[in-house]
Amino acid sequence: MTAKPRLTHDHARRLLGQMMRIRSFEERCAELYTQQKIRGFLHLYVGEEANAVGVMEALSPQDKVVATYRDHGHALARGVAMGPVMAEMFGKAGGTSRGRGGSMHIFDRPTRFYGGNAIVGGGLPLAVGLALAEKMAKGSGIAVCLFGEGAVAEGEFHESLNLAALWKLPVLFVCENNLYAMGSAIERTESETDIHLKAAAYRLDSRRVDGMDVVAVEAATRGAIEHIRGGAGPVFLECMTYRFRAHSMFDAQLYRDKEEVERWKERDPIKRFQTWALAAGLLRDSDVTALAAEVAAEVDAAVAFAETSPWEPLADLEKYVLMDEVPA
Amino acid sequence: MSAPPRRTTYREAVREAIREAMLRDPRVFLMGEDVGRYGGCYAVSKGLLQEFGEERIRDTPLSESGFVGAGIGAALNGMRPIVEVMSVNFSLLALDQIVNNAATIPHMSGGQFAVPLVIRMATGSGRQLAAQHSHSLEGWYAHIPGLKVLVPATLEDARGMLWSALEDPNPVLIFEHVQLYNMEGDLDAAAGPVPISGAAIRRPGRDLSIITYGGSLSKCLAAATALAAEGIEAEVVDLRSLRPLDDATIMASVARTRRVLIVDEGWRSGGISAEISARIVEQAFYELDAPPARLCGVEVPIPYPKHLEDASVPQAESIHAAARTLVRPGPA
Repeated sequence: MTAKPRLTHDHARRLLGQMMRIRSFEERCAELYTQQKIRGFLHLYVGEEANAVGVMEALSPQDKVVATYRDHGHALARGVAMGPVMAEMFGKAGGTSRGRGGSMHIFDRPTRFYGGNAIVGGGLPLAVGLALAEKMAKGSGIAVCLFGEGAVAEGEFHESLNLAALWKLPVLFVCENNLYAMGSAIERTESETDIHLKAAAYRLDSRRVDGMDVVAVEAATRGAIEHIRGGAGPVFLECMTYRFRAHSMFDAQLYRDKEEVERWKERDPIKRFQTWALAAGLLRDSDVTALAAEVAAEVDAAVAFAETSPWEPLADLEKYVLMDEVPA
Repeated sequence: MSAPPRRTTYREAVREAIREAMLRDPRVFLMGEDVGRYGGCYAVSKGLLQEFGEERIRDTPLSESGFVGAGIGAALNGMRPIVEVMSVNFSLLALDQIVNNAATIPHMSGGQFAVPLVIRMATGSGRQLAAQHSHSLEGWYAHIPGLKVLVPATLEDARGMLWSALEDPNPVLIFEHVQLYNMEGDLDAAAGPVPISGAAIRRPGRDLSIITYGGSLSKCLAAATALAAEGIEAEVVDLRSLRPLDDATIMASVARTRRVLIVDEGWRSGGISAEISARIVEQAFYELDAPPARLCGVEVPIPYPKHLEDASVPQAESIHAAARTLVRPGPA
């Protein structure tokens, strides 16, 4: 694996800006949820931003991404435009999936974002297949699959890791271990809580990363990609992270202590990186102020885009159930 | 000048269809349990590994959800996979991928992605394989919007449906009845792709319509021959596709004959026959001289002994009897 990248000012600004975009977008989503502009389930990523940003920073345009139902951060970091993501939250026709998927199902063809998958573990076989096609067609892309540690208990996790390792496929598995599968603590669901060890049993390169450190995640991802693009098969990253907010908007969080949450908040990936970058002289206070203003304006514009976007016409209800052609 | 027809089996016709697809399109590959070295559980893919190599005739571990999902992912990324699942009972291990991903992604993505995937699997009873290898669950799959469900019952369809299914931009499930693999007959040497929409009238008749598909077709045709000896002319409709259903052909037949018997191996409650019956009542009620009749599988897990297995699903004799009762009610 490669060492930590040497950060430039622009690079540091981009990493911080991306994390701030996700945080700010989601905080606005929570408000919009209480206003009933956003309905259904809303799973916020607050606290876990360093994972999406660190991973996506290291990817190339030809790479394919498969995400989970907690997918806003992944989509935004991958480069899906914020306006259509917000419109998708509203269920509007201007949304990434024309509003048909909602919060849990962001899909975006231009950025090769193959969806938020809301069946835990269900995205892993898709990533294996995306990578299989890439390998068979001698493409240069890799498939990146993000999932939580809850997925590790599903059979699809084991089937997928075995297939990917057996066929030496270009897949990067990223397990965002936030220690809770909804309300079930990892000690209550896993006989082996060191998830990367399970992955190693399938004979793929497997390591654990501090998922609250965006630079560490990016460095680990770059190392992993080098390994994968070199044809050495899949890599597994276990990113240790924490969800600061409830599982979804319906969650009263009876299963964990407030002190535990507060302890993890001290490791807030945004505060931590910002403090470090300022101290290291990579960023100035004026950068942070400017970023905050840029992000606020982008979120405002995304909300305005969603508000003014039309609804899908009722007459189109059954459209896309069967396709007339494979989109080019 | 056309070549003379040649003797072939259903199994060979499916194999020939796979070969043709592999030769025509480099994006096509076959993947499944024991499709390569073993030659396929029902010997469908025998010899293909030697011809196409293990990259394209791809043996998989026993991971139905994993490799069916991988087929979906490969289809999303430009390939045209043919995934073989050994039996419909095993496909239940891949239901998540088929129902939650293949059938939903086009709509859930607002039409950004299509899943041009073909999944073939064996279905049905008749080989004394008992209750975990013998069921007919294609009717379940026909419940799912976003899927197409094909049930080839003839050599022409076994040979011709695959390429059309591969050209379809949607996930297509092909159900091959286990009792058909050894079926032998003449196939036109020039036989090739056939349309996959629409039912076919396999035998015209005026006194009743027998609507069926797959492994029950030959039994219905045998029953029709026996009925003809008694002066009853049955029209036999082969559905060919369970989703979509060809309402037009069904209703036109019913309008001609005014009586209908629906035959399938699946269980009666909530089965495909119930759906067809409901459609006939909704669309052709006033054409009918008698209520639609159904002859379905007995509601029992398919048992192992031959006499019990045979009694679990419609046979030519029971079809014959049910049809006769429909046309000539009262004591035989």
